[in-house]
Amino acid sequence: MTLASYLQDFEASAANGGGRPEWLMPIKRGAIDRFEALGFPDRNNEDWKFTSVAPIARTVFGRMAAVDTLPTAADLEPYLIGPPEWPRVVFVNGHFVEALSTVSGLPDGVAVRTLADAIAEEPEFVARHLSHTASVEGNSFTALNTAFITDGVVLHVEPNTVVEHPIHVLYLTDARVGEGATYPRMLVVLEHHAQASLIESYAALHDGVYFTNAVTEVSLQAGSRLDHYKIQRESEQAYHVGTLEATQERDSHFQSLSFAFGGAVSRTNIYTVLDGEGGYVTLNGLYVVHGDQHVDHQTRIEHAQPNCTSHEVYKGILDDQAHGVFNGKVYVHPIAQKTDGKQTNQNLLMSPRAKIDTKPQLEIYADDVRCTHGATVGQLDDQAVFYCRSRGLSPAEAKTLLTYAFAADVLEQIPSRPVAQYLERLVMERFLGSREG
Amino acid sequence: MLEITNLHAGAEGVEILKGINLTVNAGEVHAIMGPNGSGKSTLAQVLAGREDYQVTEGTVRYEGKDLLEMEPEERALAGLFMAFQYPVEIPGVTNAYFLRVAYNALRKSRGLEEVDPLDFMDLIDEKLKTVEWSADILERQVNAGMSGGEKKRNEILQMAVLEPKLAVLDETDSGLDIDALKIVAQGVNNMRRPDNALLVITHYQRLLNYIVPDYVHVLVDGRIVKSGGKELALELEAQGYEWVQEAGAAS
Repeated sequence: MTLASYLQDFEASAANGGGRPEWLMPIKRGAIDRFEALGFPDRNNEDWKFTSVAPIARTVFGRMAAVDTLPTAADLEPYLIGPPEWPRVVFVNGHFVEALSTVSGLPDGVAVRTLADAIAEEPEFVARHLSHTASVEGNSFTALNTAFITDGVVLHVEPNTVVEHPIHVLYLTDARVGEGATYPRMLVVLEHHAQASLIESYAALHDGVYFTNAVTEVSLQAGSRLDHYKIQRESEQAYHVGTLEATQERDSHFQSLSFAFGGAVSRTNIYTVLDGEGGYVTLNGLYVVHGDQHVDHQTRIEHAQPNCTSHEVYKGILDDQAHGVFNGKVYVHPIAQKTDGKQTNQNLLMSPRAKIDTKPQLEIYADDVRCTHGATVGQLDDQAVFYCRSRGLSPAEAKTLLTYAFAADVLEQIPSRPVAQYLERLVMERFLGSREG
Repeated sequence: MLEITNLHAGAEGVEILKGINLTVNAGEVHAIMGPNGSGKSTLAQVLAGREDYQVTEGTVRYEGKDLLEMEPEERALAGLFMAFQYPVEIPGVTNAYFLRVAYNALRKSRGLEEVDPLDFMDLIDEKLKTVEWSADILERQVNAGMSGGEKKRNEILQMAVLEPKLAVLDETDSGLDIDALKIVAQGVNNMRRPDNALLVITHYQRLLNYIVPDYVHVLVDGRIVKSGGKELALELEAQGYEWVQEAGAAS
């Protein structure tokens, strides 16, 4: 039923000129066909075994309407990170807001454009990269996003160029205009030995039901380095599916830090292919949820060449009857000798009703590798709580301190101090909120 | 300061303390010695307020108040400090942060303003000298990755910062080499004042060479079977616990 409504939307939009430019149309058409064939995944799909997307599938999400009144600079304040001179690109309900964005002061060789502008101004560049890394084949949500591509951000850094400050792309949603979906699409291309940081954050200006379906494609050429932050603080009534797919050439370094606080149901996919020797990837993440929230992370690291390193630490803090899912795949090709892979997922259950499904998956087809993985699920240590109390801390203060300590090593990995401060504050607020709630 | 009367306590239905009577006045140092399983650590845990132990009979009054009615943090804020036999590791929290949070909890409870990290560093400098430590230790995580000796020394550093009225040292000497033992004992001695008191729980007499007690009590099978001056500790060291155990059985 709802499948049909997406198809109708697509046809209506295509007839209305939404398919322009012409070269993009076959990509979109191919994607909607894939989506039609795949449908929304159900629990029989191994990748969605622990997460039901039925609430997304049974709601008719049309394109999100634009807001009547744009947020003011003051409304934006809680979502801003770092000093004002840091570049930022702001979208509200999927629409670029120039008045709230600032991308001045970037060095030569760095281009930050909206996707819509890039499609118009640099069609060949976009055509070369769009829908190349993120495959629509087996992923309904990527297919759906691709079918409805309209806007987002393109970051292109030329060889040997270093972008000093993190670039913040902020996707805000205000669902007071009614339920709807947005399809943010990002392209990140770092040419050889380029360096950049990108913050991709999602937040609600007001609580409400909506659906964010985002796709980010990352291409890291030889020796380049990307620090990528994803900060998901959607409304707790909202649905979020976000996929990042990266390919890494030789000696490139991809550091991904993913933080999830919001969403009724949220799913983050982070996939990378280490496709050149000496590639290095670190995937770190922290999810902090409560109430009836459901948070799911799926990561996939493909070691396709020898001598690559992957390190992964995901931590989860789940309160009330929240449900967490972690599925971390590491796939080592036969050729990928001397692979060094380490994966950890640790979870803290703050309530007897909280639940976690954790599934590390190692598939190794090379024989000279060093790969480890492990998962833990635990509660706060009573002895540690008592120890803190015996030093004068209240039970609530003791719990906050120990919960924070659990999350600390992920927060300490954050290379940028202002980003770390912003996230430390979010984590702290969440703990205090949880305690009072 | 502390008045324990006919204290019976145990865990999981097994009685461990079988009628302890003990009075500690301000300015005094009391040592409690006893063989393994005599109930020494149970006594310390009951005083600190650990919920795993149930008091079945008797009273404990601390500065005139019913200690057993107080929550563990209320006891701490009222000036009772326990140096743990097995200090708990808290990875992810630095010593500096933990000490400051504890210090500020104490200040808050007294209606005083909290101190910021900078002012706290001034204060802690002087405390570090008490245990002959450099400031490096402040950036270490609370007890995590510390040797047994460092953990005990860390307990004494916490004690120096919190300046308790009554400190209970639960086997603080165990696992210490002689140099560390001297430092820890010196630290404790530096904190002795006429208005505070110490309860030193130990298996061995060794520590009492450095922290000299006014009174020594021998705990056997949940009861204090013998009390005396500091010379009692030496006698125990020479003759072994069998000597008092027999005496206890005979009396």
